[in-house]
Amino acid sequence: MEKISEHFNMIYPGVKVAVQGGGSSAGIQATFTKTCDIGMSSRNLKPEEKQLKEFLIALDGIAVIVNRLNPVRNLTPDQIRMIFMGEISNWRVLGGPDKKIYPVTREEGSGTRGAFEDMVMHKQAISDACLVQDSNGAVREIVANSPDAIGFISAGLIDERVRAVALDSELPTYENIVAGRYLIVRPFLLLTRDEPSGPIREFINYVLSIDGQTILRKVGLIPALDIKNER
Amino acid sequence: MKDKFAERLLLFIAFSAILSLLLITFFIFQQGIPLIFKVGLKNFLSFHWAPTQGQFGILSMVMGSLMVTLGALCVGIPLGLSCAIFLAEFSSKPVQSILKPVIELLAGIPSVVYGFIGIVVLVPLIRNLFGGSGFSVLGAGIILGIMILPTIVSISYDSIKSVPAAYRDGSFALGATRWQTILMVVLPSARSGIIAGIILGMGRAIGETMAVIMISGNALRVPHSLLDSVRTITSTIALELSYSTGDHRAALFACGSVLFIIIVILNFIAIRITRRD
Amino acid sequence: MIRIGPRTSQAIAYVMLLTLTVIAVSILVFIIGFIFKNGFAELSWNFLTQKTTEMGKEGGILPSIIGTLIITILAILIATPFGVGTATYLSEYTKTGPVRRVISFGADCLAGVPSIIFGLFGFIFFVITMRLGWCILSGALTLAVMILPTIIRTSEEAIKAVPKSYREISYSLGGGKLDTILKVVLPTAIPGILTGIILGMGRAVGETAATIFTTGASLNMPTSLFSSSRTLAVHFYILAREGISLPKAYGTATVLIIMILLINFIAYRLMHRFMARYY
Repeated sequence: MEKISEHFNMIYPGVKVAVQGGGSSAGIQATFTKTCDIGMSSRNLKPEEKQLKEFLIALDGIAVIVNRLNPVRNLTPDQIRMIFMGEISNWRVLGGPDKKIYPVTREEGSGTRGAFEDMVMHKQAISDACLVQDSNGAVREIVANSPDAIGFISAGLIDERVRAVALDSELPTYENIVAGRYLIVRPFLLLTRDEPSGPIREFINYVLSIDGQTILRKVGLIPALDIKNER
Repeated sequence: MKDKFAERLLLFIAFSAILSLLLITFFIFQQGIPLIFKVGLKNFLSFHWAPTQGQFGILSMVMGSLMVTLGALCVGIPLGLSCAIFLAEFSSKPVQSILKPVIELLAGIPSVVYGFIGIVVLVPLIRNLFGGSGFSVLGAGIILGIMILPTIVSISYDSIKSVPAAYRDGSFALGATRWQTILMVVLPSARSGIIAGIILGMGRAIGETMAVIMISGNALRVPHSLLDSVRTITSTIALELSYSTGDHRAALFACGSVLFIIIVILNFIAIRITRRD
Repeated sequence: MIRIGPRTSQAIAYVMLLTLTVIAVSILVFIIGFIFKNGFAELSWNFLTQKTTEMGKEGGILPSIIGTLIITILAILIATPFGVGTATYLSEYTKTGPVRRVISFGADCLAGVPSIIFGLFGFIFFVITMRLGWCILSGALTLAVMILPTIIRTSEEAIKAVPKSYREISYSLGGGKLDTILKVVLPTAIPGILTGIILGMGRAVGETAATIFTTGASLNMPTSLFSSSRTLAVHFYILAREGISLPKAYGTATVLIIMILLINFIAYRLMHRFMARYY
């Protein structure tokens, strides 16, 4: 978002864009109370929040990752759920070595965790024996350095030290997400209280324009533009 | 005339410390305590922490904090006291004048650096030697123990040094060896200072955040073994504060309140012990 | 039971103590050595003077260096008047009594408050309630409260160490209390006071928990007191735990540690010179 505001400022020098941090719930709340002009959310709005105006700017795949040396390459959503519930605790069960599984999750309140809980855990609680880190990068670091760890991060953050597990044989690639074949996907939304106008409208338009969408693609997100074109 | 005015002004300024303390106490409690009443003690004093689902039990974190602090003391006290005794009683002036400042200088190393070394050196070591993920009570205890080392060394050293020479001389006159003197005369006299130092070290360990987040793994379950991951009160606050809203955020302030009370009690005990002399 | 004579148990004790001391000191030296060994390679003019790009993967650490310096210096500017004032009051105007006990208690307690509590306080008080937002000012104010006890303690020692005779001479020459303090006591105590200020600086520079929740973590070059910024310690923390760039992390840590060692070393020399004058 900061990259986008940088570029936005170059085109519209008169407008000041200040980006504040916080999670999806914080962003949604801030939009309701008009503490901010535009709120951001990385989850779908709940029914009681639907009165806000929403603009889909991108999709983000959530990848389940394992260490590069881990032989397990394919898992079903059920297996992943049971791993994070603590029901499956040894890699042996999944065709891997006889080692204990160390799942890593994000912290309570994280949008990534919320999306994972919605789409994979389905009301089952993530085990309280899981390791916890407070950023995608930190989760990736642990999985990259621990041979028996497994975690979930934003698909755009995968690098060569971790491997994404295929979900029912579909990897979280750009193509698979756009085509709707990879299913753990969360929306990035811009939210406003009322119909946007003036500089707010211009900002939203910019994010949805080819320029803005290109920036989003560069950071690993799937721009809304690409989805529209596909479907 | 000018003097009177100056005295009044300075009196006013002098209350800045206590005023800040009151401000801190007020704001943290004001955010946190209402939540405890809202969810009830039964919820707050349970082992289940899942704030996004209305569960605000802090006990597993309190246990976690206690466990890593205990681990820190197990590492810090033997190492720290040994250093202090060795420096004060068995080493020569030049050695003292080099080592003591070195240890104190090392008290200035930021906690994130300790945490980083923990991740890079200690975690893989524990994983390969003992098993588990490496992110463990053991790791956190060791790093915290090293972090509170300078505190324990400094205060114990000062206490030992301030035991009057007459006490030692009397003991030597009776034919005791140096070590016997230390054990039976010096340490008992320096006892309250040493204990105060240990309590202050304890306070530092319980309040430590960054290093613990990096090496303890932050799992919420109460650890069954030294190799299990653990969650402390401080870690929870730091991990969840940025994304928290409403009740969740208030609950973190409630955690802060609990931590604050524990630390104030510890400091109070330490101050009382030192003031007694 | 084998009887161990006193000479033997002393020898055993000596060896044990020596071993543990050597272990302790080696650990501490290892930590610094490890960081320096991996970090020196990264230190270059570019590293120190360029802006941070690619979330820290490329570029240098100039914004963090500047941010850290501004926050720390501002914190000192805010804390010193209050700290020295409190110390002056404690040593010149009260002996015993409830007022003194309350003030001392406040300072001692404040000294023991952990940095995450300062982070929470700074966040709710400066960032939210006073609406300052995540910025350098919020961070500086929070750090000022944090280093207040350090300055109070050291300044009090320094002022107490000024020999009584100095004050007496001033009084006998007709100086009032305020004059004496301002023209004789404080100037004499300056090296000691400076030591406290510098020690406070050392503490502030290494702070992470207190600054991350008050000054934020922006990588932009700070343009005003209301800009968000990322201190060296915070930058190091983020680089290290996110695995963004291990070499740059080491480099940042090296700069940070060198800064702290320098600060503490200067304080130490000052303190020695001061002590030598009066003891």
